[in-house]
Amino acid sequence: MPGPIAKRPLESLFELVTDKWTAPFWEAARERRLVAARCAACGRFRMPPTPFCPGCLSQELEWPTLSGHGRVYSFTVVARAIFPEMEACLPYVPALVELPDAQGLRLITNIVDVAVTDISVGAEVEVVWDERADGVVVPRFTLTASG
Amino acid sequence: MTIAGKTAIAGVGATPFYRRGKSVPQTLEELVCKAIIAAVEDAGLTVRDIDGFAFYSEGFDTPKLMETLGIPEVTYTATLTGAGGGSAGAVGLASSAIVSGMARNVIVVGGTQQATQRFGAITSAYEATPDTSFFASAGLVGPGHMFALLARRHMHRFGTTREHFAEVALSGRRNAIDHPDALMKKPLDLDTYLAAPMLADPMCLFDFCLESDGAVALLVTSAERAADLRQPPVTVAGCVHGGDRDWGRSLYWMNMPEDAFVSSGNVPIARNLYRQAGMTPADIDTAQIYDHFTPMVIAQLEDFGFCERGEGGHFVASGAIRREGQLPVNTDGGQLSGAYIWGMTHIREAVAQLRGTAFHQVEGARTALVTGGPSSLPNSGLILRRD
Repeated sequence: MPGPIAKRPLESLFELVTDKWTAPFWEAARERRLVAARCAACGRFRMPPTPFCPGCLSQELEWPTLSGHGRVYSFTVVARAIFPEMEACLPYVPALVELPDAQGLRLITNIVDVAVTDISVGAEVEVVWDERADGVVVPRFTLTASG
Repeated sequence: MTIAGKTAIAGVGATPFYRRGKSVPQTLEELVCKAIIAAVEDAGLTVRDIDGFAFYSEGFDTPKLMETLGIPEVTYTATLTGAGGGSAGAVGLASSAIVSGMARNVIVVGGTQQATQRFGAITSAYEATPDTSFFASAGLVGPGHMFALLARRHMHRFGTTREHFAEVALSGRRNAIDHPDALMKKPLDLDTYLAAPMLADPMCLFDFCLESDGAVALLVTSAERAADLRQPPVTVAGCVHGGDRDWGRSLYWMNMPEDAFVSSGNVPIARNLYRQAGMTPADIDTAQIYDHFTPMVIAQLEDFGFCERGEGGHFVASGAIRREGQLPVNTDGGQLSGAYIWGMTHIREAVAQLRGTAFHQVEGARTALVTGGPSSLPNSGLILRRD
């Protein structure tokens, strides 16, 4: 029998705030495109995006669209509420997903919609999109069917 | 020029320790003042001798402390950046003031009162910023959720197990049970540990430090002056803080290169600290290791060179960190079972060990390592010695 399915964390925990350096990530998310910041001068990826490339100090950024495929680098399972409002959202699975087409950069995200017990380090995942009531779109990941 | 060997901890003071919120109706400021008064009395000085403050983790309000305690003048008041990672390092900040002649008697103080905000949920209380958006969306509510991500990778890479984490918790609890100042008195065995609720898988209830209230203060002065004061001086053999970019914001970034990711971010701290103190891991008689989460104790034992990278689990399983072991660790129960005062209890216990007055005294202890953090930088480390 499969165990509980990984849900999504409580929406009210997260209020999206952006600045000119981070906004393109969230704008692309609204279009269901997973992107990452890449230095236009030296090609080095960085996330979260900062105003300078730590490698060459260029401020020129590109936002290539990624495949949306990645690998679980690490994860945890949150099955206990720290405060009561969390209860309905349990369990959920915060995870680090490594993106091979962005030089192995990691996103801090969630694995959703699969049995918690099926999630493992190294598992292949692909992006899914969650649109919230306030219109914010959040990339999350689920296990790749063939994986 | 170095601070090594030139300063000493001449006084230590503490309030009783309380479970989260139980220190009310005392105020946090009141707890901090009680610890300061106790520290100067311990040194045989008065509050009027205080002329400096060295804080960490945002510190306290120096003029308010002066107003409250009647401290006539200060010539130094400074705070290390960052959070709990600076607890051990604040002693170095105090020492730098003393060695450079900017102050003579510097107070280092830490205090917590979790009546309104639990540290266990502190990340959810941060004001939303463009940076927090990249981790808040994943539901990382408390530091435990973040450190669990590091712990699982250590398990995956090195085969570290929950039984290894358990040994850190069991060893600390064993030291706490009969310790007069420790909060946790109930014996803990492996079965109880393994049956405990998983708060952030792979970490269970007993892998988390306590949430407690209280304050601990130190009086730091020159080694020369300390020799004339009431207590046997405990010399600051070395104290460093900082860290490298590979660790950086760590929990709030999560893009540390693999080798840094499975560490505690303390490799640079250990290198610089041993060099400054002129010591090696073999010279350390007892270690008071910042234990907010058990897996981070294992990673720190590796970073500070007590075993090879990846061998920390086996090292603790061998009994090495028990109080009869080769490296007695957190002999007062630590923050897991003693009390969590943002790293300050570790310094207090190290001083007690070197004065020879510890409740679980390590026979003949002449040197002690104390660590701060692991957190977003700075991390820090301190080596104390009895001359």
